[in-house]
Amino acid sequence: MNASLPLAVCLPLLGALATTLAPARARALGLIAALASSGVVLWLVVGVWEQGPLRASLGGWSAPLGIALAADGAVAALLAMTAMVALAISIHAGGYFRDPERLRQFWPLWLLLWAALNALFLAADLFNIYVGLELLGLSGAALAALGGGRAALTASLRYLLVGLLGSMTYLLGVALIYAAHGQLDLALLGTRLGPGLVDATALALLSLGLALKAALFPLHFWLPPTHANAPAPVSAALSALVGKVAAWLLLMLWLGPFAAVTQPAAATLLGLLGACGVIWGSWRALRAERLKLLAAHSTVAQIGYLFLFVPLIQGLDPGPERTALLGALLLMALTHGFAKAAFFLAAGQVQQLAGHDRIDALGGTAQRLPATTFTLGLAGVALIGLPPSGSFIGKWLLLEAAIDQGQWWWILPVLAGTLLAAAYVFRVLARAFNQEPTPLHFVTQVRAELPGLVLALLAVAGLGLAAGGLWGLLEPVEIDR
Amino acid sequence: MSSALDTLLPLLIVCSSLVPGAAIFLVREDSHLLRTSLNMAGALTKLALVGVMIWGVYHEHDYESRISLAPGLDLVFAADALSVLFVTLSSVLWLVTTIYAIGYLERTPNRSRFFGFFSLCVSATVGIALAGNLLTFVICYEILTLATYPLVAHRGTPEATRGARIYLYYTVGGGALLLLGAVWLQTLAGPLDFVQGGILGDLPATLHGQFQVIFVLLLAGLGVKAALVPLHGWLPQSMVAPAPVSALLHAVAVVKAGAFGIVRVVYDVYGVGLADALGLLALLGALASVTILYGSLRALVQDGLKSRLAYSTVSQVSYIALGTSIFGPIATVGGLVHLVHQGIMKITLFFCAGNYAETLGIHRVSQMDGVGRRMPWTTLAFSAGALGMIGIPPLAGFVSKWYLGLGAIDGGADWVLAVLAASGLLNAAYFLPILYRAWFRPPPEHWPEERIARRRLETRAALLWPPLITATLCLLAGLFAAAPFSPLEWAELIARREYDR
Repeated sequence: MNASLPLAVCLPLLGALATTLAPARARALGLIAALASSGVVLWLVVGVWEQGPLRASLGGWSAPLGIALAADGAVAALLAMTAMVALAISIHAGGYFRDPERLRQFWPLWLLLWAALNALFLAADLFNIYVGLELLGLSGAALAALGGGRAALTASLRYLLVGLLGSMTYLLGVALIYAAHGQLDLALLGTRLGPGLVDATALALLSLGLALKAALFPLHFWLPPTHANAPAPVSAALSALVGKVAAWLLLMLWLGPFAAVTQPAAATLLGLLGACGVIWGSWRALRAERLKLLAAHSTVAQIGYLFLFVPLIQGLDPGPERTALLGALLLMALTHGFAKAAFFLAAGQVQQLAGHDRIDALGGTAQRLPATTFTLGLAGVALIGLPPSGSFIGKWLLLEAAIDQGQWWWILPVLAGTLLAAAYVFRVLARAFNQEPTPLHFVTQVRAELPGLVLALLAVAGLGLAAGGLWGLLEPVEIDR
Repeated sequence: MSSALDTLLPLLIVCSSLVPGAAIFLVREDSHLLRTSLNMAGALTKLALVGVMIWGVYHEHDYESRISLAPGLDLVFAADALSVLFVTLSSVLWLVTTIYAIGYLERTPNRSRFFGFFSLCVSATVGIALAGNLLTFVICYEILTLATYPLVAHRGTPEATRGARIYLYYTVGGGALLLLGAVWLQTLAGPLDFVQGGILGDLPATLHGQFQVIFVLLLAGLGVKAALVPLHGWLPQSMVAPAPVSALLHAVAVVKAGAFGIVRVVYDVYGVGLADALGLLALLGALASVTILYGSLRALVQDGLKSRLAYSTVSQVSYIALGTSIFGPIATVGGLVHLVHQGIMKITLFFCAGNYAETLGIHRVSQMDGVGRRMPWTTLAFSAGALGMIGIPPLAGFVSKWYLGLGAIDGGADWVLAVLAASGLLNAAYFLPILYRAWFRPPPEHWPEERIARRRLETRAALLWPPLITATLCLLAGLFAAAPFSPLEWAELIARREYDR
């Protein structure tokens, strides 16, 4: 048993506890917890890299009885992305919240959210996922409310209710599975599930619950107001990580244990919803008047891309082709995580300096913050999917598979989404060129600007040029829980 | 020579401008010296490395840097004779343009941003030149779009923003088509490594229909940057950019990237034989001819000096595509050598246009009366470039046109001669009046806006030397066309390696 798995969940949880008990030292304690949690994740990634997939049974009880945690290459990569983004958000947040009271409220909730994220990625059975989802929903909604103001409160209340609805639906699915198979462990379920009405209904319920949380079109309605009104570091976490984990779980259920239940038609439906999400989200982002709202709509689109992979992967047998596509899917998810977090952090920076985030009136501010504008640009490149970002490689492999398998119609949303994304990103960047004075230095505020810039660089250069290692992580064993 | 150098050299050449470029962003706005040192260090290092590469490629040495991006997708930088031609052009002209830009942008805001993107732009161009497969080409091609956008928008005026936006519409749209074509081709033919003689020739004939469609997609993507009619609309609009940027866009980076891509796709992906058999060369030739004539006609009626030059670029760049579209080694030589010749001639013209604007505030042809007396050296350089463009011996442009004409007869495409003759006349019709005004008309009482007073030199030294150097190159490339390592000799080497496989 590898202790890094339970520790990855426990450390942020302990941090949350500590920052609650000693609010006066919340910042120091929080940063320590963030560093420690990142360290544990690093340990975990090294473990997976060297030994292949890891599994830990808590309390020594094995699968059907005890609680198990599992990490394969994909999960390790996602955990690493989560840790890096979370670390950047932690550093940024220290400077973002001017009001010490807000900062004290932020830390416990934020660490709780991080614990929930890690728990969800590591969960090896359906019920663990449920517990994680509840924790995620509650801490997420509370964080979103930190912005204060009527709009933020309304949005976060709606987010809370939608989250509860989602987890209830999900729980129904879990109950059905348990009634039918007496079993919730994902690895064991993989061999038992089959094309029957009960299993299909259960999958539909599980998917509905997760899709609601992942903001898959048309269940995305709650996302833009929530993400746009939360404080920037929170928006970054919600957009980059929270939606991502739900989407990832949904995808892994479909492609992993429930593969025997799914039909090509259903997979196509999921892909179609993804395609609608891509187009609709990008279109709304283009029409958005505020920077954070633009970013939030863009999240709907980016989540959509992930679902385009379902109909393409579903028909493939395990082999190099499938691994290549799974890697591409993972790469898109990781790139979006880095890029969107960077975008929101930069947007928050702009908003704080300008006092607003109306795109039409951003010009001078963008010119006064070169590093932040650069971050927006780099993150934008990754959102569009231009090279050398990771999403470019992801899209290349996606297009290649679509043409190769004769499912050429998926080209349409990919290209349309790319062009729309270029339009909405450059709509913002075009304002950054004007005749306002610029500061002498590229970076004006190190703590506030650097985390976002590093994340954006990771999305563009890191994941683009060094993505080859990702397939090394996936290589030993097919994603299969 | 060690093998580590063989695998690193292409990457080092790309990084020699990328690393200083990234560092320049962080340089304080007022540290002029540090920024200049970084710029020059990068440019000179690159030139030295390229020198090593020229020597190696001439002696049939293989250079290849390969990084795996994903299963089946490799980032490859490699050197063959064709890439060396373009890399040398970019490196030499980058050095000259950097000097010019330092002089041109003296005491203007946002220089760190400008030179940062300027270096990125050259890195991308060099990446395009050294790309060893279509994926790498597409990657660098898109990065070039991204790096040039801030340069076009640099001034921040509403016109600059508008020009940059139009530039982006065209290039991003074209980029999407190029991407689609490249991915599609890769599903049919596997990794698309550039191989002399092409890689599609051995594939079954049933795929030929798809190859034709893909060629149209690729051509649409590449044609945007190469400014083939009707995809040329962005080029005159991006004239709002500062002069060094226009020089770079028109002579080296953007339009050349498109033209070079067309050459690559025809020779090293499709293979010139297959492209001919599928009727693709005829399509390319027709487009190129239309573009040549259309560009020249539009240039005739432009009063703005830079926009006249811009339409001239539209016309002249298509000579490269025209040479590529004629089946036969001589026309190939003509097209390839024009890649270099057009570059040095056009960059000279843009430097001079920048000098007129910067020194005297002259932006229009109608304001150029007698400017030859006030700025004789600049006007001399301008004349060399303009006469070269018309194709007067012994200047560089004559060599290109001579080989294109010979190649047309050799390839049995006699109609090309008519295009060449018509275009030559039109070139004369829009360049000679400028020269007449500049040299023979009396100067006005006041120049529109005299910003740099005449001292020992007619303008700043950093502005004057670059056009003089490139004008000399135009002359030398024509005079010593038969000397070893001249552009012509090198183009012949490429053509030999392409046709005598």
